[in-house]
Amino acid sequence: MLAINFLGGIGHVFLAFLQGAGRFAIFAATALSHTVRPPFFPRLMLRQMVSVGYFSLPVVGLTTLFTGMALALQIFEGSSRFNAEGSVAWIVAVGMTRELAPVLAGLMVAGRVGAAMAAEIGTMRVTEQIDALTTLSTNPFKYLVVPRLIAGTLMLPLLVLVGDVISIFGAYMVSINFLGFNPATYINNTWDILETIDIVTGLVKAGIFGFIVALTGCFYGFRSRGGAQGVGAATTGAVVTGSILILSSNLLITQLFFST
Amino acid sequence: MTGQAKISLRNLTKSFGKKEVLRGIDLDLNDGESLVVIGGSGTGKSVMLKCILGLLSPDSGQISVDGEDIRSVSAGNRERILRKFGMLFQGSALFDSLKVWENVAFGLVQGRGVRRSEARITAEQKLAQVGLGPDVANLRPAELSGGMQKRVALARAIATDPEIIFFDEPTTGLDPIMADVINDLIVNTVKSMGATTLSITHDIASARKIADRIAMIHDGRIIWSGPVSEIDDSGNAMVDQFINGRAEGPIKMQVLRQ
Repeated sequence: MLAINFLGGIGHVFLAFLQGAGRFAIFAATALSHTVRPPFFPRLMLRQMVSVGYFSLPVVGLTTLFTGMALALQIFEGSSRFNAEGSVAWIVAVGMTRELAPVLAGLMVAGRVGAAMAAEIGTMRVTEQIDALTTLSTNPFKYLVVPRLIAGTLMLPLLVLVGDVISIFGAYMVSINFLGFNPATYINNTWDILETIDIVTGLVKAGIFGFIVALTGCFYGFRSRGGAQGVGAATTGAVVTGSILILSSNLLITQLFFST
Repeated sequence: MTGQAKISLRNLTKSFGKKEVLRGIDLDLNDGESLVVIGGSGTGKSVMLKCILGLLSPDSGQISVDGEDIRSVSAGNRERILRKFGMLFQGSALFDSLKVWENVAFGLVQGRGVRRSEARITAEQKLAQVGLGPDVANLRPAELSGGMQKRVALARAIATDPEIIFFDEPTTGLDPIMADVINDLIVNTVKSMGATTLSITHDIASARKIADRIAMIHDGRIIWSGPVSEIDDSGNAMVDQFINGRAEGPIKMQVLRQ
């Protein structure tokens, strides 16, 4: 009897997961279908781009700066064990552009922007503002979701590009000031080793992560129920699900790009 | 029943999971008429409104507006039909990211493509109609009192001159005097527009004031309907209990949630 209850419990959790995944997929498909059908709201799109892109610059800049610096110190210490200190420049460059800048920027933006989207749309849901949109002949998907999806997808790559530069700059400062590197050699090493594919794959990842952040933020906001508690739960859900989706899709994309 | 009903509901049902909220609603709304549906909390009033507006989809039944069944027409036609509606939400549901006049003009600018400068003029006229001056137009909804928010919401609901207006608990949460002010505004604006209105409320004073006809909903069904003058001798024990606000009677309140 106990065993059956236990199995039943697992089954319930699994079914709930499938149900959630299905709803998420339907939401994503609906949202995508609205991105190509007018009317469009360019003003709202612009406002979201500023909110996602410009206002995330400090967070993403600081995150990538400190990570680039710490990475330089770590690689130097690690590679000195087998006399390969010269590899600092290229490990930082490749590691940041391909992997760390997009993932860290994605996670930071999920915390900053995804949460804000879930909270804002969630509040609109529980105060019937989303229903009000519909009664005023305005499709909530077009008005609320599409501008955020487009802003997320376009702005995160730009943020990551800035993050790439800042992180390499941070590692460069640490390397020449504390680790005794020659500035010209460091820059040459970085420049020689970096390939277009490193940067491009990082930016493609960033675009996908930006889409994920905006989608989960909107999805949880739309589904929130029952006042302040519901909005709080939506915010948490958006950040947690967004982060996990970023990390798991990162593995998938990396495999697609580099497993030859 | 004279001529064709503006809105008619036939055997409308809606369940959430195992909970049957609407169990077969039949209701007709004549052109230019003000119908108020009264009933306790959780009896399905709001769900009925949301089904008509397409915010919820009913499980079965028919909803026709001017003779067109909105459940069977194409999406484009449904949009055209829904443009005939205006709605005043219970909590006003003003967009807090927009200024007052942008809220009022929203249906004109976003829904109908009117230019902002033109829409602003209309918005200020509508605000004046509900007794708000142009100084309010540039404020944010959060800076207004509950009564003023309700007026702005009313101005927004009538901004596109809809043929049909729904009022969801228009007086809930207001003091008795402000409630009466809102009732007067509803009666006056609606009369001057000649709109058909459907209101849901549990405020009997409000219902008496704005209704031509009253219907009572209980347990997902319409149990009584008649002219407002007959509400006091409806001959229906449930209606009597409700309008006199008695705890004892045929309607047993579920105090505990199941």
